[in-house]
Amino acid sequence: MTGWMDHLTIAPIVIPLLAGAMMMLIDERRRPLKAALGLASTVALLVVAVTLLRIADGAPPEAGAAAVRMYRLGDWPSFLGIVLVLDRLAALMLVLTAILGLAALVFSLARWQKAGAHFHPLFQFQLMGLNGAFLTGDLFNLFVFFEIMLAASYGLALHGSGLARVRAGLHYVAINLAASLLFLIGVSVIYGIAGTLNMAELANRIATVAPEDRALLEAGAAILGIAFLTKAGMWPIGFWLPNTYSTVSAPSAAIMSILSKVGIYAVLRLWLLMFGGSAGASAGFAGNWLLIGGVLTIVFGSVAVLATQSMARLAGACVLVSSGTLLAAVGMGQVAVTGGALFYLTSSVLAIAGFFLLIEPLERSREVGADVLAVTRAAFGEDDEEPDEDDEVGIAIPAIMAILGVSFGACALLLAGLPPLSGFLAKFAMLAPLLALDTSGDAGVSVTAWVLLAALILSGLATVVAMTRTGIDVFWASPGNELPRVRVVEIAPVVLLLSLCVALSVGAGPVMRYMEATAQSLHVPQDYVRMVLPPPPAEPGAGDGR
Amino acid sequence: MELILALGIGVLTGSGVWLLLRPRTFQVIIGLSLLSYAVNLFIFSTGGLRTGAAPVLQQGTAGDLSTYADPVPQALVLTAIVIGFATTALFLVLLLAARGLTGTDHVDGREKDR
Repeated sequence: MTGWMDHLTIAPIVIPLLAGAMMMLIDERRRPLKAALGLASTVALLVVAVTLLRIADGAPPEAGAAAVRMYRLGDWPSFLGIVLVLDRLAALMLVLTAILGLAALVFSLARWQKAGAHFHPLFQFQLMGLNGAFLTGDLFNLFVFFEIMLAASYGLALHGSGLARVRAGLHYVAINLAASLLFLIGVSVIYGIAGTLNMAELANRIATVAPEDRALLEAGAAILGIAFLTKAGMWPIGFWLPNTYSTVSAPSAAIMSILSKVGIYAVLRLWLLMFGGSAGASAGFAGNWLLIGGVLTIVFGSVAVLATQSMARLAGACVLVSSGTLLAAVGMGQVAVTGGALFYLTSSVLAIAGFFLLIEPLERSREVGADVLAVTRAAFGEDDEEPDEDDEVGIAIPAIMAILGVSFGACALLLAGLPPLSGFLAKFAMLAPLLALDTSGDAGVSVTAWVLLAALILSGLATVVAMTRTGIDVFWASPGNELPRVRVVEIAPVVLLLSLCVALSVGAGPVMRYMEATAQSLHVPQDYVRMVLPPPPAEPGAGDGR
Repeated sequence: MELILALGIGVLTGSGVWLLLRPRTFQVIIGLSLLSYAVNLFIFSTGGLRTGAAPVLQQGTAGDLSTYADPVPQALVLTAIVIGFATTALFLVLLLAARGLTGTDHVDGREKDR
């Protein structure tokens, strides 16, 4: 591999950092220049991310090894210095971030970039924080990138200002500051016991921790986990999520749909690395908690989905359902289920982001308070005034409503997990291994598998009901008010995200193979550890890259 | 020294949590600040407490963890202080904006019905 290709690993952090820093210097009035810079940076990110994904997937399949690439900042040996680590999971998350970033940025060009100051730099820093969190191989840097990501997200959450946003933003910031403090406590407890912050080194040392220190280490990991799960929105600490996500501007909400997945990513990465099979007495620590918390989150999210009256809150509740599903699937601790969960993560992140972007154009065609009115009508059986049927005959559906309608339908199918789109495939990929135990295991399908199965199916049902109700209210309402005016740059990202989901369903075979390889290398992290910490006799410089 | 530090962290955390749960935004921000002081002290203590140890290396002695203070928690604490400072400042701005927009300093943006 050529020299500059080795440095490609750090590009997802450096590109948005430079772009954002340059934007800070440009006068706020020269917005087209900033927008062009932002677009260029995001497109470059996408190209880099896809390249990295190809590199990460380029491992010889016969070895079954994770192609782990390590990048040592400052070229210190990895047990001393800070490292960035690229593996399949990180590459997947990078690609997702870049896609969402591009979609949200293009969407914002229509209106939102003008709604307040410094939208573009904040957006770039947000991308930088996300990418850094996915790439870092070091607990404390994870904290630093979390904070960069959150600080930018505070700005984006408040973008456009307004009473509701400031109210919800106040809660969002306070909760995340408290969670960051828990993060710090967890990190320092782990450092105090294990004496290292490098994740790979940590995985090595965890088995040899003295028995009297083990409880303290597990307590530290649990505190750390609470910080991550707050971000992911696990019940009962995810109460802030629907409120915040429903008030923020559409592009911010779209990028925030992956923000909640950072918590899932961190759990997936650290839990499997630290408490995987090689962890000695701590193996599988707290797995049941993830499972129970996940299922409770699904239940809570489903109730929220049914109870909600506005589309934005519906989308927020869908984030909760998706988080819960992922946590429960990870908590099962089986390779095949994790593979399905990764597929679900990809599909649901794209779908939810698409839904967030779709809501805003849809809301434009409706009068204020239409949601509440519709629910009241449904509850009290009060009929609409009869439309004058003769006039309605033969009116063609306006093209824009058709596009919006089809997109909404696709979102509903994806979120509810109905065939033929990728949401169904993802749920199937998670559920099939759970039920497949029936044939191999002697005890049949376990109770937990049945519970998870029921939760997944029922949450899908709740989503179908809620989405259908909303769809009827939005699209089958009597026309009369003028059509929403939607610009191409607003509908194009939605179509892009949803067609990516279609592509996921069509190309499910290769994608699923990638996900299974990812899950495999996550559950057997020896390759990760070996690449990050080359054995001592290795000559300097041999550890990085291939 | 351990006792004093532990008591200090405990008192700071206790007051911080209590203030965090209060309904006024100013109390919340003071609570968060107290909590972050407690956390900073806590991080500092994970390196082990020593009096009069060399910061990194003492002249003429070999590097050994038992003779000098662990520098990593100090670096961590420095970073945590900086980040905590920035986020607290950001929260302060938000607090002022919320006060201006809602006309009240209640955390929910509206006074509870009496």
